[in-house]
Amino acid sequence: MDSASLLQFLISGLTVGSTYGLTALGFTIIFNTTGIINFAQGEFVMLGGMLSVFFMRIAGLDEASAIVLAVAAVTLAGALIERFTIRPVKDASIINLIIITIGVSIFIRGLAMLAWGKDTFALPPFSGDAPIALFGAVVMPQSIWVLAISLLILSGLKAFFSGTIYGKGMLACAQDKKAAYLVGISVERMVLLSFMISGLVGAVGGAILAPITLTSFDVGVILGLKGFAACILGGLGNPFGAAAGGLILGVLESFGAGLLSSAYKDAFAFIILLLLLFVRPSGLFGTREAKRV
Amino acid sequence: MPPDGLLDCRGVTVRFGGVLALDEVDFSARDRAVTSIIGPNGAGKTTLLNAISGVVPLAGGGISLSGRDLSQSPPHIRARAGVVRTFQNLEIFTNMSALENVMTGCHCQVRYSVLDSLLKTPRYFAGERKARAKAMDCLEFVGLADSAQTPAGDLPFGRQRLLELARALAARPGILLLDEPAAGLNMKETRVLGGLIRRIRDEQGVAVVLVEHDMDLVMGISDQITVLAFGQVIAKGAPLEVQKDPEVIAAYLGADDRD
Amino acid sequence: MQGLKKDLLLTGAFLSALCLAPWVLPSGYYLTVLIMCCLNAMTVVGLNLLLGYAGQISLGHAAFYGLAAYTTAILTTTLGLPVALGMLAGVGLAALVAFVIGIPTLKLSGNYLAMATLGFGVIVYIFLNETVGLTGGPSGFTGIPRLNAAGLTLSSDRSYYYLTAAVLCAVVLLSLNLIRSRLGRALRALHTSEKAAQAVGIDIARYKLFIFVLSAAFAGAAGVLYAHYLTFIAPSSFGFLFSVELLVMVVLGGMASVWGSVTGAFFLTALPEFLRMFENVEIIIYGAILILCMMFLPRGLAGGVSSLAVRLRGRARPGEDDHAS
Repeated sequence: MDSASLLQFLISGLTVGSTYGLTALGFTIIFNTTGIINFAQGEFVMLGGMLSVFFMRIAGLDEASAIVLAVAAVTLAGALIERFTIRPVKDASIINLIIITIGVSIFIRGLAMLAWGKDTFALPPFSGDAPIALFGAVVMPQSIWVLAISLLILSGLKAFFSGTIYGKGMLACAQDKKAAYLVGISVERMVLLSFMISGLVGAVGGAILAPITLTSFDVGVILGLKGFAACILGGLGNPFGAAAGGLILGVLESFGAGLLSSAYKDAFAFIILLLLLFVRPSGLFGTREAKRV
Repeated sequence: MPPDGLLDCRGVTVRFGGVLALDEVDFSARDRAVTSIIGPNGAGKTTLLNAISGVVPLAGGGISLSGRDLSQSPPHIRARAGVVRTFQNLEIFTNMSALENVMTGCHCQVRYSVLDSLLKTPRYFAGERKARAKAMDCLEFVGLADSAQTPAGDLPFGRQRLLELARALAARPGILLLDEPAAGLNMKETRVLGGLIRRIRDEQGVAVVLVEHDMDLVMGISDQITVLAFGQVIAKGAPLEVQKDPEVIAAYLGADDRD
Repeated sequence: MQGLKKDLLLTGAFLSALCLAPWVLPSGYYLTVLIMCCLNAMTVVGLNLLLGYAGQISLGHAAFYGLAAYTTAILTTTLGLPVALGMLAGVGLAALVAFVIGIPTLKLSGNYLAMATLGFGVIVYIFLNETVGLTGGPSGFTGIPRLNAAGLTLSSDRSYYYLTAAVLCAVVLLSLNLIRSRLGRALRALHTSEKAAQAVGIDIARYKLFIFVLSAAFAGAAGVLYAHYLTFIAPSSFGFLFSVELLVMVVLGGMASVWGSVTGAFFLTALPEFLRMFENVEIIIYGAILILCMMFLPRGLAGGVSSLAVRLRGRARPGEDDHAS
């Protein structure tokens, strides 16, 4: 195997991996404020892609405004989900809340199927599809967009968590909800915010990935699965770990597909993940996990 | 060190990362006696109980019960060998009734196979009867017989402490390790507890190791006291000797000034 | 032993109700639905032993179901072995695989355990899809023989239904028996406090493994019955979404309640049949019902029924309380 092919696998792995990372970030943000694994996270990603297509085709907007509008709509959807399905029963056990998010994901998938059918859609690449040559490998412009936007989101979140009062409040909730409540942080508002940010991050991931992998009403299932795997790989609760876990998972898959077989690429990635968990039961960058289930 | 030690800890060392929590601690407890472990906060008392019951691994030293080496055994093997404990922060089974909690304590005393459970053989019925009777005895002993059917989580705090004691007794301890059993109890409840510990020693003939901050309780019922400070044994002896030991007084009064 | 009599009586009543059901159902089609209800209920009761009682999650139970189905399919169809032997081998293999992966996996807890079992399920799913020569791949495995035992072929749907109903009741009764024993107490103990369970001598690793293997065997039993009923199986029936559905059935039925699991499985298996008339929006309604049930019945369908019963009885005879588990 020559180095150009290896570089090619690395680039495509990092591209797909960064969207896994964004999905994983969404999981992490909600997990940290609530302890819930949000099964509807994949649906946020799906909605991000599908709504962008929808706003472009039906409403006739240009691509940038369509994506911005789609991201805003999914952020709002995150808020609605929290307000109407999570907040009214916020004292329920974690497993019950998780089942509610499963219900939400089924509900959203059903809506998407009703609205757009079972067809697959494509979003045009942001700046053409003329490949760029790089040390013998080929980079699609969209890959650069994906990497750049993911990096932007990641640094934006970092600035938000360390630089704003809301971000710090959310971090405090992640550390100790009761203590956060006692010092006057509105835990309710933080949970709402976490659903909105997760919606936003997920939708961005969906919109930037759609030109590469196509999108349809049911892509959320597999993306959610990968995102969850990425957060576990990185260590649940650690945003940096989630992003890194996504990249590692993407690269593993890409090399699995290139070097072994594309049919077994997911199996390859999951076998590595299982072996890793047997050696490091709390992921790569995780500490211990409080028992939640 | 008394030669007739039931429980013997030699040079027990425990590390948490770079912190030396226990530094070559020698500790022993005699049969049919109450041996207390006291010391200022952070001295390593609970860590010593954890090391004895197998919850934290040893970095050095050895632990044996009646001459049987348990240093490498997992917690449940030590429990079966007779090292039974209670917990500082109550660990009762809140999803069961009080009686079922104590019957769980009989787990290794009353045995029948999986097949007996699945098919409800006569051995199952005999076993359940025996476990129930044993558990009722233990509940009666601590004075909880009237709450047998109450969900354990609904019992008031003081009675949950007693329930944990009953569960430990049901496991037929060779040595019973009590981790701050009086924490959170009022004076009357503490007096009842003291009486119970005495009766466990005298009537049931079980050795007790007691970690406790309530000095009245400790001084009143202990046969032997070991004092820990900063992970080391600084004194051991009868209650009156220990109380007069200058190093102990310094440790308690000047704990903050020591370094 | 009040509880035991109650268990026997309830199981007997349930079996009679199941046996009577075909006489009142409008068409033979509902028999298929009922058989699917029974099969899912077997798996869900087993999964509840693991999740509701022992507190260990699995998002990979569809894999055990599928492994057992494919094992008996391959043995009986490709190799031409007797069906009874194939079924035994299917259940045995599901249990064996659970044993082997359970040893390292059950050291994990919470979400990490969920991920590991989920990963296992995905891996099995991919292999079922890709080993085309053995399994027929994504297009499925056809021509599986119907069950014939002791020269008697259970060719009619009705006789096959009676068989699944009987197996389900056996699974229910075994599970109830298990819970009311030292084993059941050990499982519930390690659920609440692993430390305290160990402190009274319970070998928690062994019991977790045991209940994992048993629940896999129950899933396997459902799997082999499924294969020899439909005579056609495809990997898509044993994917991640089915594992999630099983988990939903456990929680919706009621954690740590055997009868709750039966209720949850029957409810969610039959629900889509009732929603058929809504055509395009049936998935949306299914999702909405799921959300609303979880919001308003925090202890599941079983919990909802029992608190209703307590309230009714409390109104009739005040002061009396039900502490039976």
